[in-house]
Amino acid sequence: MTTPCLTIKNMTMAYGDFIIQHDLDFTINRGDIFIIMGGSGCGKSTLLMHLIGLQRPAKGDVFYGEESLWQAEHQTRQRILQRTGVLFQTGALLSSMTLAENVALPISEHTRLDSLRISEIVSYKLALVGLAGFEDYYPSEISGGMQKRAGLARAMALDPEILFVDEPSAGLDPVSAKLLDDLICSLRDNLRATIVMVTHELASIFAIGTNSVFLDPETKTMIATGSPKQLLAKSRDPKVIRFLTRGETEIHDETKT
Amino acid sequence: MTDSVPCEINVSRKEHTLKAAIAGDWVLGAEPPPLEAVLAKLGDGSDIKRLVFSTETLGRWDSLLMTELIRLVDYGAKQGIQVDTTTLPEGIQGLLSLVYAVPERAGARRQEMRTPWLEIIGKGGLRIVKDIQALMVFIGETALSGFALMRGKARFRSVDLWMNIQDCGPSALPIVTLISLLVGLILAFVGAVQLALFGAQIYIADLVGLGMTREMGGLMAAIIMSGRTGAAYAAQLGTMQVNSEIDALKTMGFEPMEFLVLPRILALIFIMPLLCLYADLMGIVGGALVTVSFFDVSLVEYLNRTANAVHIADFFIGIVKGGVFGVLIALSGCMRGMQCGRSASAVGDAATSAVVTGIVFIVIADSLMTVMCNRLGI
Repeated sequence: MTTPCLTIKNMTMAYGDFIIQHDLDFTINRGDIFIIMGGSGCGKSTLLMHLIGLQRPAKGDVFYGEESLWQAEHQTRQRILQRTGVLFQTGALLSSMTLAENVALPISEHTRLDSLRISEIVSYKLALVGLAGFEDYYPSEISGGMQKRAGLARAMALDPEILFVDEPSAGLDPVSAKLLDDLICSLRDNLRATIVMVTHELASIFAIGTNSVFLDPETKTMIATGSPKQLLAKSRDPKVIRFLTRGETEIHDETKT
Repeated sequence: MTDSVPCEINVSRKEHTLKAAIAGDWVLGAEPPPLEAVLAKLGDGSDIKRLVFSTETLGRWDSLLMTELIRLVDYGAKQGIQVDTTTLPEGIQGLLSLVYAVPERAGARRQEMRTPWLEIIGKGGLRIVKDIQALMVFIGETALSGFALMRGKARFRSVDLWMNIQDCGPSALPIVTLISLLVGLILAFVGAVQLALFGAQIYIADLVGLGMTREMGGLMAAIIMSGRTGAAYAAQLGTMQVNSEIDALKTMGFEPMEFLVLPRILALIFIMPLLCLYADLMGIVGGALVTVSFFDVSLVEYLNRTANAVHIADFFIGIVKGGVFGVLIALSGCMRGMQCGRSASAVGDAATSAVVTGIVFIVIADSLMTVMCNRLGI
């Protein structure tokens, strides 16, 4: 019933000799909202970079379905990655282009649609994220939250199977953050996409996460995986519990089983 | 305003316990407190096992007291002396527990070491090697995207090319006009003073014409463009790096080399020869201004003389040089931009080193080409 969509096998991430995380092994299933969580500086965003083909792992590999991402040739890798969309932390819209041009960029690159059709798709995508009518604005003319939503529209331009989201709520007020969460959630339901999200926003983690991995900066590896709610109920790892309760609950009795 | 009471610390010893009475106002700007006395007592070899505080007469306190207490606690921890902080006021206890809540991460503190001079030289050498490697890689990648362009496979937006041409061409005309006119004037003046000694003012035309077309027109245009456009390229690409825009392009399947670098290089290759030609003409106009107004040569004579002295080949040499300079400026600007780190200061560094690299390249290339022309007799 659950089909693996993304498998991380025995992966080690490093900058030169400096190891960031080692021995990562987990699977992301189709339809999951998969949360990559952990304290600041544990390598969450770096892990994302490895998953979307921007940084080569020091060891191990990432599999999209059955296909290896890092063993593949450049062309194959590009083809695999075409099925993904990425929303960067800051939106990463090209500042010299309007929102419409930004969203149209991947569409005109990877399809042979005529410009009228493309502009229709662009308007539809912008309307999906609540930015109808902002086609001709430049990224610097809109607010941070709107930039993120526009980034989301661009990430979804090609109806990706997997959507990667890097800290969607960073720098947003709680209400906008919740709206963005809801948006991502409903997009998954309606487009049947898989979402991989880097975040340490507890509200989002519990509200929408269906599966997760917890990275620990001290031992430099993953120390828990599973649905966040179940982790909270069942985990006996003090670090995980402290993270998931903001350190407010005293650590579970270690002897209790 | 109450007068501040000088801060003091008095120690009294009872068996293995040292009691430190803290009194007065411990605020920054006060006389430095005699903490050394306490440390000396603790460390004098007598077997003190415990340090307690009393603070009945402590007045106001701020970071001064905190830093001194931290020194005591750290010292105690090192010497194996138990430091009892429970008698301190609540606020101080709270702050102390915050300070020690997160243990110092092992290896987080930067070790300050004096580097031997041999190591500095060695590292400098390695950096140069790395720089050259990066340059070679960049040239290689540019060449590859150039081939892709020739096969009609390079992907960039033509509107970007036109925007870049607009930016580095017509928009640069005023500054190029000003500088090359001035260079023409200066060449004429410097030459004229000497030539007038022999009554050979008419040869100013030769001097200015040849000087501008073969050498100064291209060089001046190149140096202006390096400061104007090379720096702009580095800053643009660097900012895109900082905003993850380049990462975003990669994930959408674009080659940044084709999408961002190629249109910029093409624009400069196309524009630089034209700018050179324009600078040549402006220089000649500048020369004419001086000669005609101060040295008793008519405009027609001057232009005639110029036409005799300057051949098409001279213009051609200048234009070829301009094209080469264009490539070099674009390469150094784009390279520094693509190598940019991810902070605001890195963007500044990128722009600076783009201009420095660009001008060094230009001067080297210019010398080489001038020697070549000389040897080949053109």
